[in-house]
This record gives sequence, C-alpha cells and structure tokens, in this order.
Amino acid sequence: MNTTENQGMLINSFEPKIVGFLCNWCSYAGADKAGATQAQYPPNVNIVKVMCSGRVDPQFVLKSFQEGADGVMILACHPGDCHYKEGNYRAAQRYQMLKVLLTQFGIEQERCFFDYVSAGESDKFVQLITQTVAKIKELGPLNLKVTV
Amino acid sequence: MGNKPKIAMYWGSACGGCEVSLANVHEALLIIDANFEFVFCPCLVDTKYTDIENMAEGEILITFYNGALRNSENEQMAHLLRKKSKIIIAYGACSKDGGIPALANFHSKEEIYNTIYLNNPSIDNPYSVIPKTVTTVEEGDLYLPEFWDTVKSLDQVIDVDYYMPGCPPEPHQLVKVLNIFLSDEPLPPKGSYLGVGKTTVCEECRRVKTDKKITKFYRNWQIIPDATTCLLEQGLLCMGLATCGGCGGACPEANMPCTGCYGAPQGGSDQGAKMISALGSVIDIAPLKELPESEIPNYIDAILKDIPDLAGTFYKYSLAKSLVNRRVK
Repeated sequence: MNTTENQGMLINSFEPKIVGFLCNWCSYAGADKAGATQAQYPPNVNIVKVMCSGRVDPQFVLKSFQEGADGVMILACHPGDCHYKEGNYRAAQRYQMLKVLLTQFGIEQERCFFDYVSAGESDKFVQLITQTVAKIKELGPLNLKVTV
Repeated sequence: MGNKPKIAMYWGSACGGCEVSLANVHEALLIIDANFEFVFCPCLVDTKYTDIENMAEGEILITFYNGALRNSENEQMAHLLRKKSKIIIAYGACSKDGGIPALANFHSKEEIYNTIYLNNPSIDNPYSVIPKTVTTVEEGDLYLPEFWDTVKSLDQVIDVDYYMPGCPPEPHQLVKVLNIFLSDEPLPPKGSYLGVGKTTVCEECRRVKTDKKITKFYRNWQIIPDATTCLLEQGLLCMGLATCGGCGGACPEANMPCTGCYGAPQGGSDQGAKMISALGSVIDIAPLKELPESEIPNYIDAILKDIPDLAGTFYKYSLAKSLVNRRVK
C-alpha cells in the first residue's frame, strides 16, 4: 500500500513542462487577452509565438519531446480565419500525421494537442490550457530516453 | 606493394549490400587495387581479427564501416578499427543513420527475442532456448556477443570522420570518394557527407513537377504510374523531397518511388518529420474548406489510412538518428 501512496504523491506533485506553439494573429492574441483580463490558468505551458501554425515544423514538436517536454500544444486560427489563408489547414494535416507517428513511438496522442483559438476566445484559451495540463498531469512524466 | 595506403571495409549489423556496392565498381576495382592495399574485409579478404589487432595505430588510411551497431561485437570492432584507422567513413545508410536494422527500435529486445526464438508458428523451440552471452559446455565456456535493446548508428559509438549515405551507396560515388583521397586536394571538413548531391533526390529526378494536390495515396502495387509525372503527384509516397541526393534519382527513373535510403540532406534535419511537413503541404486542402471544424480530422485520417506504417515508411533508413529514436517503453 505504501508504494501506491508514494506513487499517488508523485503524480500529484508532478508539474508537467508543456511547449505551446501559438499563432501570432489569433491564438497568441487570445492568450494576450486572457492575460489582460487577469484570467487564472496553470503556468505549465511555455508559449512560443510563431507567425502561423503552418510554420510549426513537426521537427519542433519532436525536438520539444526530445528535450524534455511532457506535452506540446499547437493553437491555430479557426478554419477560414488564417492570416495566410491556409496555414492552419496545413497545420491540421501535419497534426493528424504527427499523432500517428507519436503513437508508433509509444507516446500518448494526448501529449500533442491541437485546437483553434481566435483572438477573442480568451475563455477557450484558459479552458484548453487547464484541460491539457490536467490531462498531462494524469499521464505523468514522458521519460523519453534518446540515444545521442 | 607495402607502400600503398591501406583500406578496410567492415560490416556491423548489415546485409552485405555495401560489399556488393564495392564489387559493383567493376573495372575500377583494378584501379582501386593498384592504388590501395585492401587489408581487411571479412566478406572478401581472408585477414582475421588478430591481424588487425597486431597493426600499428593509424596504420589503415580509411576504414569503410558499414552496418548498424546492434550488439557488443559490432561495438568492439568499431573501437578497434577506430584505433587502427586514420579516417573512418560511416558507409551506407545503416552505419550513418541506423538503416533498416534500426527499425527494430520500434520494439524491445524482449519482443524481438519472443518473435524470433519463442512465439512464432514456424518455430519449434520446446525448451525455449534463447541466445546467451555465455554458455558452459564440457569443453569450457562459449561466448556470443550481447544483443542490445537499441540499435545505434556508428557515430553514436565512435568518432566518425565522414559519411557516405545510401542503401547501398552508389558505386560511382565510391570511386569518386576514393579519388578525393588519391588527389592532392585538401580533404573536406570533418563530418561532411561524401559522394552525395547538392540537395535532394527531387532535384536530380527528371520527372515533371507541378503544383501538388494529393487526394489519395496509393501503394506501389495498386497503380502503374505514368513515366513522366512526379510520382508523389500521382499519389505514390515518394520520399525524394526529404532525402539527400546523390543517386541521380535512380528509383523514380525506374518508375519506383524513392524510399529515402540516402537519409536527410546534410544539416541535421529529421527525415520523418520533414516528410510529414512536406506531405502537409501537398495534400489537397480544397475539400477541407467545405467541412465543419469537427469534421476536418476525420477527413484527413481517411486520406492517411492508405499509409499503413507511417513511422516505418518515413524512418525506413534513419530511425537511429531521428529526434525520437526509439519507442518509449
């Protein structure tokens, strides 16, 4: 019983490291708005602003995992709203392939998260961050061991 | 005879195709023999381990090490040849990036042993015998190399001077590389890829390429592609755009899609990730624009279902050197 208790404590005290790639025009503005309204959300997501979700090379995601991230979030403009017309569709296509790839690597699909957040949706942003952090806390540390 | 620079070729976890690529230089073999002394190659020459052990340090000018490193014997030979050679060239996809053997990194040693020795319809192994590193018999102890859990590339074990990609490297590229060492030209910087093209296979492929809008992927046996249009545009998974050139686009020339044997172009990129990136750019998005947000993933998944083994296809030759290079346990 002792071990289970210990494991329980370990999971509770685990603070995941999550990298968030946010598009400059919608999702980052959404995050900005969440900040301006002083909304509370967990501090586990380290945000990287990119000009477009279509700029998120799958290498960025794999590199994040390789360097110790427990999760990755990609937030894009809603379909039809992309500043560059179609970058978010490209991102959506790459994300579906990444999910297959991660599964084959034995990495839970939920560790890589993709959704659409517009500049006005600060509530959705807060909700997604909170949900994802909770989900990855539940999954525990990734513990990826890579031969270099 | 004794003054010629010495060369060696060794195989780690390999199929022997790299030795065939040496034999495939045809008449040039005579020129190689006239200029170099071929001291070690278990596949073709009858020198033994102790002959190499007795050599002075740095006595061999170039060792072409092919094959991945999958067990302790591969590692021991790599260290020995490093000591005895001035220049080590990781020769072929396995040595450079892990190659086909590194696909085993999608499984654990236990799973592999289970499939090969224990649990397979074609296996008759009533006493569940599996290889052991030490077996004691009446006459004494017998030793086998230790089988690793993870397949490694050569540079993950020893210091490597140059890389020659390919499965196997093109024979004409081998001749070109040997000529570098015969000429008076200064050697390329350490870590260079030798015997490669400037960019990707697409650059060398002679097929006509236009704007790509893929709506369905096919496996090679499902269609007969036309001989002049880009194979990717026809829905075949051609890896040319994520693969280092140097082969002259030999496979697309023969109506077969590139499988990526030259690995990623020099510059440290991850071949599989680059392939995903590229496919994300060429799958047609016009139908997505008509769909509600929630339907988009299903539509893309329906296209992707025609790629049966995505990771195995995209990392067919480069898993050991990819960013995430083995399955998480």
